[in-house]
Amino acid sequence: MKVSYYPGCSLHGTGREYAESTEAVFKSLGTELVEIEDWNCCGASSGHSRNRDVAVGLPARNLLLAKKSGFTDMVIPCSACFQRTKVAEHELKNHPEMFPEIKYDGGVHIMDIVTFVSENIGIDTIKKKIKKHLDGLKAVTYYGCLTMRHPSITGSKDFENPRNMDALLTALGIDVLDWSYKTDCCGGSLVLTRPDIVWELSGRLYDKAIEAGAECIVTLCPLCQGNLDQQQAEISKKNNRKYNLPVFYFTELMGLAMGEGDVNTWFKRHLVDPTALLKSKKFL
Amino acid sequence: MVNATEEIKKETASAEDNKAGIAGSTSGFPVSMKVYKLKDLKPFSREIIKSSGENINNCYQCKKCSNGCPITYAMDIQPHLIIKMIQLGMEKEVLGSKTIWLCAACETCGTRCPNEIKLADMMDSLRQMAETKGYVLGQKNASIFHKSFLDSIEKYGRVYEIGMIRDFTIKASGLFGKFFDGSLMRDGKLGIKLIKKGKLGFSPHKIKGTAQIKEIFKKLKRG
Repeated sequence: MKVSYYPGCSLHGTGREYAESTEAVFKSLGTELVEIEDWNCCGASSGHSRNRDVAVGLPARNLLLAKKSGFTDMVIPCSACFQRTKVAEHELKNHPEMFPEIKYDGGVHIMDIVTFVSENIGIDTIKKKIKKHLDGLKAVTYYGCLTMRHPSITGSKDFENPRNMDALLTALGIDVLDWSYKTDCCGGSLVLTRPDIVWELSGRLYDKAIEAGAECIVTLCPLCQGNLDQQQAEISKKNNRKYNLPVFYFTELMGLAMGEGDVNTWFKRHLVDPTALLKSKKFL
Repeated sequence: MVNATEEIKKETASAEDNKAGIAGSTSGFPVSMKVYKLKDLKPFSREIIKSSGENINNCYQCKKCSNGCPITYAMDIQPHLIIKMIQLGMEKEVLGSKTIWLCAACETCGTRCPNEIKLADMMDSLRQMAETKGYVLGQKNASIFHKSFLDSIEKYGRVYEIGMIRDFTIKASGLFGKFFDGSLMRDGKLGIKLIKKGKLGFSPHKIKGTAQIKEIFKKLKRG
């Protein structure tokens, strides 16, 4: 199976281990990710803050490129890229008169990565590839905002309590714990303008994850992982509490369970070192 | 988007059809209903409805937006009050507020709104209007960040993180400002860690289609 793949800027930068683990896992599962040639940034939070035409025009170019290459499915790991591309699709479908210069008449099915893995690849296929069950690892799943919201754009039906990533991780043997903060905001791009807000929101997420009994947080969003991993040392200082919560991409744990050879390269990119936890569970 | 405007137009038409301005009720009693026409609204409210496409007049102040918002604690005006103040035409207060810049567009509010108002889209319109009308911005560095971010995309087609952060830092607080509040040291240390981890690159990746990107940005330049 071949699918059009839009990594987005984060996966080429701060979220490199997300790209590396995604690409490795997909390869092992027999799905070829074909990166959109010459893709551009989706505009992220800044695009829609400044101008609707730019916010729609940037992802529209990527959609057109995917379509030109003959793809009907497009998979996007980054939540922000996924949502911005879905918004562009929605606007072009419902208000084509506002964007006369963009000729896109649909035909590309945009999917977030967890939906693609659960629905197009399937848990059964994954189970067959598992070499090492991650039994006893206690985790909370953190979906963040933009894979789910706004549901009229993303098409999400489970937007208050999403469960598809939970199901994937449970299949790997992980003990997925219940908590109420799966889709609460981490502060997103405010990290550069009002880091104090990110410290407050992300700090609360650590507290609640620990309260739920989690040893780590598992996410699907490179912005969430970035904030929760990179700001953890700073938040520990502010809150006078030594957090030691590794923040994984779900694809990294899939790769670990599937026995991928590069896991250590991915884990070395984390600021909160997850190897001690994984060694204590005898996964490494 | 345009639906809201159309909805109001429709409402207006039906009100005109019904000369007495009385809408029937299911219980059989005539219920007097004030039907607002687009022209009855405060100009500020009208502008926001038109540009965002969100019919903020459907709001009945249930406060579900503000109760679910994770950032209200840092805002100067709560989201439900932003809507009320737009309805009342309080342009200066709304466009000069911090709130419109602190909204992280997490869309919890819009997802839960019983009247289907997407407040995040409304916030976008408010930010854009605050800039075009030249208001003193409630959180100026947020606007500078968005500009630096988009400048980077316009130039390369993708975000060049180190360049964007450098540009933002110089324009937002200046290196002196960042040095004295200690954030230069903090962010610098983090930056070095990220470089060591291979997460930040020193050279931008320029895509081939930058001419197409410039074309997309032309509309922004025209306003």
